[in-house]
Amino acid sequence: MATVFFIIVAFMITSYVVLDGFDLGVGALSRLLDRGERDEATELIGPIWDGNEVWLIAGGGVLFLAFPRAYASAFSGLYFGMILVLWLLIGRGLGIELRRQFENPLWRTACDTVFWLSSAALAMVFGVALGNVVRGVPLGPDGYFHLALFDILNWYALLIGLFGLVVLTAHGASFLAWRAADPLAQRARGWARRLWWGKLVLALGCAGPTYAVRSELFTHFADHPWRLAFPVLALGALGAESAWQRAGRWSQAFAASGAFIAGLLTTMAAGLYPYILPAHEHRPYGLTVANAATGHHALGIALVWWSIAIPLAVIYFIVVYRLLFRARPATPRLP
Amino acid sequence: MSNHVTVDRLQFALTVTFHYLFPILTMGLALLLAYLKTVAYLGGERRRLPLLRKTAQERATYDDAALFWARIFAVNFAVGVVTGVVLEFQFGTNWAQFSNFSGGVIGQTLAMEGTFAFFLESTFLAAFIAGRHRIGPRWHWIAALLVFAGSWVSGFFIIVTNAWMQHPVAYALHGGRAQLNSFWGLLGNPWAFWQYTHNMSGAVVTGAFVLAGTGALYTLLGRHEAFSRVCLKVGVVAALIFTTLQIFPTGDQHARRVARYQPSAFAAMEGLFPSARGAPLTIIGNPDTERRTLESTIEMPKVLSFLTSRRWNAQVRGLDDIPTDRWPDSVPLVYYAYHIMVGLGTILWAIAVIGAFLLWRGTLFRSTRMLWALMLAWPLTYIANIAGWTVAETGRQPWVVFGLQRTAAGASPASSVPAGTGLFTLLGFAGLYLLIGMLYVLLTVRIVARGPTAAEASEPSAAEPAPAEPTSAART
Ligand code: HDD
Ligand code: HEM
Ligand code: HEM
Repeated sequence: MATVFFIIVAFMITSYVVLDGFDLGVGALSRLLDRGERDEATELIGPIWDGNEVWLIAGGGVLFLAFPRAYASAFSGLYFGMILVLWLLIGRGLGIELRRQFENPLWRTACDTVFWLSSAALAMVFGVALGNVVRGVPLGPDGYFHLALFDILNWYALLIGLFGLVVLTAHGASFLAWRAADPLAQRARGWARRLWWGKLVLALGCAGPTYAVRSELFTHFADHPWRLAFPVLALGALGAESAWQRAGRWSQAFAASGAFIAGLLTTMAAGLYPYILPAHEHRPYGLTVANAATGHHALGIALVWWSIAIPLAVIYFIVVYRLLFRARPATPRLP
Repeated sequence: MSNHVTVDRLQFALTVTFHYLFPILTMGLALLLAYLKTVAYLGGERRRLPLLRKTAQERATYDDAALFWARIFAVNFAVGVVTGVVLEFQFGTNWAQFSNFSGGVIGQTLAMEGTFAFFLESTFLAAFIAGRHRIGPRWHWIAALLVFAGSWVSGFFIIVTNAWMQHPVAYALHGGRAQLNSFWGLLGNPWAFWQYTHNMSGAVVTGAFVLAGTGALYTLLGRHEAFSRVCLKVGVVAALIFTTLQIFPTGDQHARRVARYQPSAFAAMEGLFPSARGAPLTIIGNPDTERRTLESTIEMPKVLSFLTSRRWNAQVRGLDDIPTDRWPDSVPLVYYAYHIMVGLGTILWAIAVIGAFLLWRGTLFRSTRMLWALMLAWPLTYIANIAGWTVAETGRQPWVVFGLQRTAAGASPASSVPAGTGLFTLLGFAGLYLLIGMLYVLLTVRIVARGPTAAEASEPSAAEPAPAEPTSAART
């Protein structure tokens, strides 16, 4: 049962990164856009970013429900990182929601700058957080730990942070390449193509350092070869994305970009399992699916309602996306 | 109590109080918006239900009103969302031991809030804000209903969460952690029902007074007559209904639950030191914890006993019979907050009654004095709501989970979140929230200053009922 919830939590976090990832990416790119393009881009993500962010809240909720020990330990141990995430989420949410409230260029610039900086920083910080989880944290026998800000920002985590920034920016570019009207779409396509190379280089480049901090990740795959499906998915998606980009099929390329992210995250999850919050390699006290999970009864009940709630949520998304995107924006708005 | 716990408490008190300022209006307004949209969409001249019997003109006014309030709603919601995310994270960051202890139970309701309520609310709010001309009148109405449902379901799950901390049920302890053993027991917590109805009704009271206050403001200024009349009418009637519900049955019943399950909190609320048969109800008085007396000036003999158990001579337990280490840390705070809430509840009810009477007599729109009162009353509803939560949360002390875990034992260990770190982030939140609060006030004042017609003008196609197909055909 706890394993089922490991999968559910992984699924929800993956959905979050895939969905919110493109609006974070658009935010990170927004610096490169001129005013009219920025209006167009924020109009595309404006109505949907909050729905995407709910995956983070709901995913956090399910983590809290199923593995309270891991939730308590990770959030208090990475205290500064978490509060930073909160401040960035606040800035980002207000930046995008409030930018249209005044028709004043100064106001717009202020909101857009906050939105850009916080989006880019979030993409990076999420990578840093994952990097720390993969690397392992200094858990004590009581199940808690403490990482100071500059320990959170260690070299490996920063590398993964950079990877996260590139991957999500590319995802945002793919989204614009697909949804935006020309000339913005044209420019986004150029970025998406160039960032693809960045993804390739970093994906290969991160493998060695990952082996250095957690070789178990690789031995797990050797022990359970079927889990190799996940890295294969990631690499396959990366290849497919390039092919679709060259064929000019941008909706498929966007989907492939999402599949690549999903592949990366599931690879990580499959490599860590049964650990949900590992200690540094070869240290005791790591939190596993078994020792961090809550009771059976709670998990059983949660599985029932979860299986009702998530299809419902998917239906809301489909209905609302259809209502809002019935027609592709035909012409760019006049500034 | 050690420093880091104090800092954690201050930080949580700041962030949760600030967050709650926004859901109050969201939840209250959501109900009223759903009502406005329903009349606008379903109304007609030949409807049998008098509430829906409206001319096309009147329906258009209702729709304009909904449009105007949707703009306020959107800003309010945005701030509510960004400050709400903070709280969920803070359970883990600042209250790690509490999360570890109780996650097996309240994780259930928090996760349900996210999956059932927030998805619903956030997706359909996007559709609603996009506007009638974009998604069509039928979907616009449905979206308003679903946003209302989402916000009220969200309120339900969060209240069940809080109710469990006030009165833990449906759990068993395993290895020092609470684990759920009855799902329906958790949802059916006897504390939760009255807390939920009382709390939601409090939110509608705020929504109603904000509506009426804005209508009064415009009427006094002589602007937007049709719009103001709708706001005043709907606001005053809703205020009458919900201030009444606020006192009876919900406030009364909620108080009886507190008396039964949290005698320490109840004694502090009433400032009752010696246990007494036929205890009096104090209207005005000052509790003195040093000398353990209540210096009361106005009291009603035996009423307290009657209110709690419906018997004039029933026994009510006072603080003298409760060990001091189980007293709320600040008895006066609980006492005054409670009396402020109840006092304001009575005043608001009186305003609503007079307003409704004048409305019925048809003189409300001309009665300058009443309009002034309505225009100035809405801040009192916020104060009452916050005071109510202060009673609930400080009355629960020294427990974070009543009777099970002390607040000091629920904070994150000092080794992972030292007091200095907590102080730094506390100051960060204070600064950030000050800025957000100023922005919020600026933006809402601007929306109100522009008035409903400006709201209409900024959505050019809203005035005409979506002629998308024919015009594009005409153009070709
Ligand atoms: C408009 C707001 C408002 C008004 C006018 C009132 N209340 Fe209230 N009250 C709340 C808003 C509120 C609240 C903010 O919604 C609380 C805090 C926790 C909760 O669920 O509801 C609350 C809590 C609360 C509690 C529980 C305290 C605890 O949990 O320890 C009691 C006993 C009452 N109320 C009783 C009353 C009575 C007898 C009122 C009669 C006038 C009254 N309230 C008016
Ligand atoms: C319904 C959801 C709520 C939950 C789950 C909740 C939970 C908590 C927790 C965990 C703490 C810290 C532990 C403690 O000090 O006991 C706390 C404290 C506090 N909360 Fe709430 N709270 C909720 C709603 C509110 C609201 C809406 C307010 C708004 C005014 C509020 C006001 C406070 C205050 C003032 C404190 C500090 C009390 C003290 O330390 O003396 N709470 N709450
Ligand atoms: C400590 C307790 C609380 C937590 C952890 C919490 C959590 C959250 C979160 C994460 C959001 C953002 C949802 C989104 O992205 O759409 C939110 C918004 C909201 N919360 Fe809270 N909340 C708390 C207290 C309360 C209370 C006491 C109420 C009311 C009874 C409430 C009602 C709402 C509503 C209606 C929203 C929708 C947005 C808004 O109205 O501003 N919350 N909350």
